[in-house]
Amino acid sequence: MDLINLGIRSIFIDNMIFAYFLGMCSFLAISKKVKTAFGLGMAVIFVLGVTVPLNWLIQEYVLNPGALAWLGADFNDIDLGFLQFIVFIAVIAAIVQLTEMAVEKFSPALYGTLGIFLPLIAVNCSILGGALFMVGKNPPFNLAQATVYGVSSGIGWMLAIVALAGVREKMKYSNVPAPLRGLGITFILVGLMSLGFLSFLGFSL
Amino acid sequence: MSAEVAEIVQVEKTAEPLFSKKNRKLISNPLDIDNPITVQVLGVCSALAVTSQIKPAFFMALGLTFVTAFSNVIISFMRNGIPSRIRIIVQLAIVSVWVILVDQLLKAYVYDISKQLSVFVGLIITNCIVMGRLEAYAMGNKPWPSFLDGLGNGLGYGMILLILAFFRELFGGGTLFKGWDFEWKVFESMGIDYQGNGLMLLPAGACILLGIIIWIQRSINGYREAH
Repeated sequence: MDLINLGIRSIFIDNMIFAYFLGMCSFLAISKKVKTAFGLGMAVIFVLGVTVPLNWLIQEYVLNPGALAWLGADFNDIDLGFLQFIVFIAVIAAIVQLTEMAVEKFSPALYGTLGIFLPLIAVNCSILGGALFMVGKNPPFNLAQATVYGVSSGIGWMLAIVALAGVREKMKYSNVPAPLRGLGITFILVGLMSLGFLSFLGFSL
Repeated sequence: MSAEVAEIVQVEKTAEPLFSKKNRKLISNPLDIDNPITVQVLGVCSALAVTSQIKPAFFMALGLTFVTAFSNVIISFMRNGIPSRIRIIVQLAIVSVWVILVDQLLKAYVYDISKQLSVFVGLIITNCIVMGRLEAYAMGNKPWPSFLDGLGNGLGYGMILLILAFFRELFGGGTLFKGWDFEWKVFESMGIDYQGNGLMLLPAGACILLGIIIWIQRSINGYREAH
């Protein structure tokens, strides 16, 4: 029950896009068509779902103060916290690269739809953001919570990009002032959608 | 490798003056027609998240300019030795070294700002401006122009950040430069009873404000985009 709560909370209330505005670059760049938006969204769900629990394990057993105690008593007071950024980003980039190779080898069809987005995802702020938020949670997450958090944050991100792509497809038919076309109106749209998502704040789970 | 070294190497190699017209353009273009946020659409996440007050926005801009400029220099030195298949991970590694440095400096000297910026200092690593400039410029150019390019883009980013933060802080809280000694309670000092506008403090307000800034900028410089 606790996990379902956490899942729903991270999809709607703590939505990566509309509450934290993470991963905006690819969100704005790839949201012109619903189909490609969906492909990118699926890739984000997958990568977040794998990297968040993986980074949780690394934080727990390597980076936390005293986390290296399992190596022996000598390591009890070592704090590798300052290496957090570089380790997390290395894990993310490596997973993305591995996933790309694996998908290319085993499922060329999936690679055709998803493959081009994978390199983009390594530098999507929401992936690193998810990992960093996960570490900052109080009380700390356990492994199951971290996994649910990763996957449902990804789902929230996908919902957001598909919704925006849907609206932008319809925008073609409306008469927007010329200097506002493209990026300008998209920002205003995202702002309004974010206000809409604020209404989920009132939900008590 | 510091900027001075980059400078010296460059002076020896080319006869081109350090601030030739082309090099000056590298700094001035990102401020206007090639702005990283409003034209290239890079680095938007942090632009929305840290701009509710001027002080954090200022330190964020400073940090990002530093990281962009110096990672550009290093990647530019290494550009012929990086195999293209693993270039992203190499770039990320170098960027994150600079980001760790910035993070530790912020923690040491302005701890409250470091708390306020929270994860967004770490997110400079995945800030598209840094990666975008490495890919688009530093991989194909010499160190000194790359340094200027990084500096220019950092300043362009900082400019938008400060404009956003100015309006958000002014209308959201009725103050300017909050957190510094010279904090100015604008409306109070004019004798106006101002009720802060909550929308401006939300990221949603920043989004709409940024849309309007883009509208104004494009009306002036004539840049147009198809749907």
